[in-house]
Amino acid sequence: MKLELRGITKRFGALVANDHINLVVNSGEIHALLGENGAGKSTLMNVLYGLYTADEGDIVLDGVVHRFKGPGDAMAAGIGMVHQHFMLIPVFTVAENVVLGHEPTGILDTLDLDTARKLVREISDRFGFEIDPDALVEDLPVGAQQRVEIIKALARDAKVLVLDEPTAVLTPQETDELMGIMKGLAKAGTSIVFITHKLREVQAVADRITVIRLGAVVGEAKPTDSAATLATMMVGRAVDLSVTKKTPKRGEAGLSVTGLTVIGDRNNKVVDDVSFEVHAGEVLAIAGVQGNGQTELAEALVGLRTPSAGSIHLGKIDITHSSVREVIDAGVGYIPEDRSKDGLVGDFTIAENFMINRSYGPPFAKGLTIDFANRERIAAELIDAYDVRTPSQVTLAKKLSGGNQQKVVVARELSRELNLLIASQPTRGVDVGSIEFIHDRIIATREAGKPVVIISTELDEVTTLADRIAVMYRGRIVGIVDAKTSRETLGRMMAGATV
Amino acid sequence: MSDGTETPVVGRGAAVIREIMSGGAARALLSVVAGFVIGAIFMVFSSEEFLAAAQYLTSRPADALGAAWTAIAEGYSALFRGSIYNYTAGSFEASIRPMTETLRFAGPLIASGLGVALAFRVGLFNIGASGQLLFGALWATWISTRVELPWGVHLVVAVLVAILGAAAYGAVVGFLKARTGAHEVIVTIMLNYIAAGILTFFFRTPELLREVDGGGTPKSDAPAESAQLPLLLGPEFTLHAGFILAIVGVVVYWWLMERSTIGFRFRMVGHNADAARTAGINVERTFVLAMAVSGAFVGLAAANQALGVRAGLTPDIDGTIGFDAITVALLGSSTAPGVLLAGLLFGAFKAGAPQMQVIGLSPEITGVVQGFIVLFIAAPPLVRAIFRLPPPQKTTVIADWWQKLTTKGDPK
Repeated sequence: MKLELRGITKRFGALVANDHINLVVNSGEIHALLGENGAGKSTLMNVLYGLYTADEGDIVLDGVVHRFKGPGDAMAAGIGMVHQHFMLIPVFTVAENVVLGHEPTGILDTLDLDTARKLVREISDRFGFEIDPDALVEDLPVGAQQRVEIIKALARDAKVLVLDEPTAVLTPQETDELMGIMKGLAKAGTSIVFITHKLREVQAVADRITVIRLGAVVGEAKPTDSAATLATMMVGRAVDLSVTKKTPKRGEAGLSVTGLTVIGDRNNKVVDDVSFEVHAGEVLAIAGVQGNGQTELAEALVGLRTPSAGSIHLGKIDITHSSVREVIDAGVGYIPEDRSKDGLVGDFTIAENFMINRSYGPPFAKGLTIDFANRERIAAELIDAYDVRTPSQVTLAKKLSGGNQQKVVVARELSRELNLLIASQPTRGVDVGSIEFIHDRIIATREAGKPVVIISTELDEVTTLADRIAVMYRGRIVGIVDAKTSRETLGRMMAGATV
Repeated sequence: MSDGTETPVVGRGAAVIREIMSGGAARALLSVVAGFVIGAIFMVFSSEEFLAAAQYLTSRPADALGAAWTAIAEGYSALFRGSIYNYTAGSFEASIRPMTETLRFAGPLIASGLGVALAFRVGLFNIGASGQLLFGALWATWISTRVELPWGVHLVVAVLVAILGAAAYGAVVGFLKARTGAHEVIVTIMLNYIAAGILTFFFRTPELLREVDGGGTPKSDAPAESAQLPLLLGPEFTLHAGFILAIVGVVVYWWLMERSTIGFRFRMVGHNADAARTAGINVERTFVLAMAVSGAFVGLAAANQALGVRAGLTPDIDGTIGFDAITVALLGSSTAPGVLLAGLLFGAFKAGAPQMQVIGLSPEITGVVQGFIVLFIAAPPLVRAIFRLPPPQKTTVIADWWQKLTTKGDPK
């Protein structure tokens, strides 16, 4: 099926999220939609999927103009979507999930699961998905869950399949498998819109590429174009994502973690007997596919979770059972992975956000009163030093772009006297310009002789920043290796293989 | 993403509160205007002249319109005479008495409104102002009727005990929420019943607080003269120092919420409890402290009610203050000046309602106006929350207009 978007415009108040976007996806084509976070990719796809109504423009399928009032209309017209966050019910089987919403029924309206199973098996066999229709979704690895999502779309006769950042949750090997699947689907005639910001993947799988920036189409590109060309189109200027690092001056052990075990929300061991050391002047990156205990490990390190066993030492001080405030006062800087949830108070001004973890004493407080003069001065300095692009320091944090929000968090954490920096997904959802800046700052912290822990699911980021890499899988550290280790080896470790 | 929900304390409720509060002065003002318009409609339809003229509306519409206008004008001028300035009164004292009555009614409304407002700012629905008021009033009455202290000291102790009693009762709510995750709405409502029961029990039991020569009905003695809030304008007027307490409360509230680091942390927890936790704030402890301080402000209202009277107290001394406090906080957007103004407005309604009755209008019309004002303020986000609708994507005409009015120069 040929999909055409003609002049799609979507405004949110004064913001133009999509500005007269034209896009043509031919039948059986893998069309990559490349753009930075916040460029308007997801808005465009939500328009296509009927979640938003376009202010202007038409959606044309095989020459017929469609108006979608909701996802139901879009599905009926043959559009399927695999969201970044899966829309599956974990305690249902694959077959049950696939038919949910359009269940085949037998006499007296009973659920006809046999038909459902047959449907799953048929699609799975046709494309080599290797999915058991009776497996519970919660027991499947993430890559397989994603395939269930694809089956779900195909079961409804999707002719156009939209994949929204599908590789964010996958290991490198699973990513390769997904690309194989995409090619197979395209060969069978399905049109695929592949939304991503990862150049490597675009080059590997796309037939054509449309680049969008700030809500508008910048142009088309070919997969044979170099990564530098694509990056320049995406960002609007030449970018340099390499980081120059001096050779590490390893000092004393700044952070020692021994036998750390954390029980998670579902009463399982989410961090299982983890031990490592980070030395002064060293970056240890904790790599792994999302959801393998990295988040909980970081939260345990900063006192947000209580470990059930093991110990955490900052230098000589035992901080295993310290409160968050004690950990902060001990000089641990923490950049949380979800800045809008944990890192910032969106309805506070930038200046207020600079003081949220230092509201008890100087420099932000005088006795019980906020020291407004000091806060204004410090905020002005930090906004300047960390290049936060904002109309003023009393702008609400939620009004800033992702990159600028992250710079506020980074500025707050790095402007204190630190003994350890823990940065979790420090550049997630951040524009390329800000990535460069934040990486430089993290390396500057290392160069200043502080121990640094980076937790990241982006292999590129891990290999750029790290001196050593610890790979986590199912709550355990599979191994700690040198930063020069190959992507293939790291990928195998991320899937659980020991070195 | 962490589901670090050790205590399921912050959820949709906090988001709804935030949205209601974000309406600002423009929405408050428009809601008041709309409330008055609806009140006018009620007045028109309770006017016999209008209903009579409406019978022949088509032949002489001017009659009906005239009658409608007369009804509205008479109704609201009665409200004005009863609450601000009685231009028909014979003496100066009598003509300004309505104003002093408004202030007297406004005192406890402002104080308890501050309490509810503080909880709102921390993301909590304090529906328990009534219970906190009763509990504070109970111990203040104990001091004022059962304890003998020297002049000056007696009143100060009684007021402090009212504040502490209400604060303790509020803290219980925070403690239960922090410890067990119990929702504060349920807890406060239940504690309201418990407080009313305890108070009645005390007022009924001779060994406790029942008036010395009392009969079977629960009633206390009048507070000792040394523990009464002094009259501000002499014996001609009933306005007493309770209003001063409320004004002091407004100033303290402003300092606490806008200037102090304690209020900063309160607001932080109210806006984003996860970020507050990550920033080293003990969110659970903040809930307990916030509910205690919230109760302390309600305690000022308790002092008003228990020590501002010259007669014995009955168990219904809270009247409708506990719930009016919620409306005051909502209309005042939980800011100090907002609560002050809203308290004065609703105080005026209370003071003016009897005058409306004098001219034959139902005094409940002020209640209807009050209700609609709050409905207009709270309804848009509440309706969205109930039906799980997405937030509005387009800015409204009014919001645009307000934005233009309030931003100087280029809004970028």
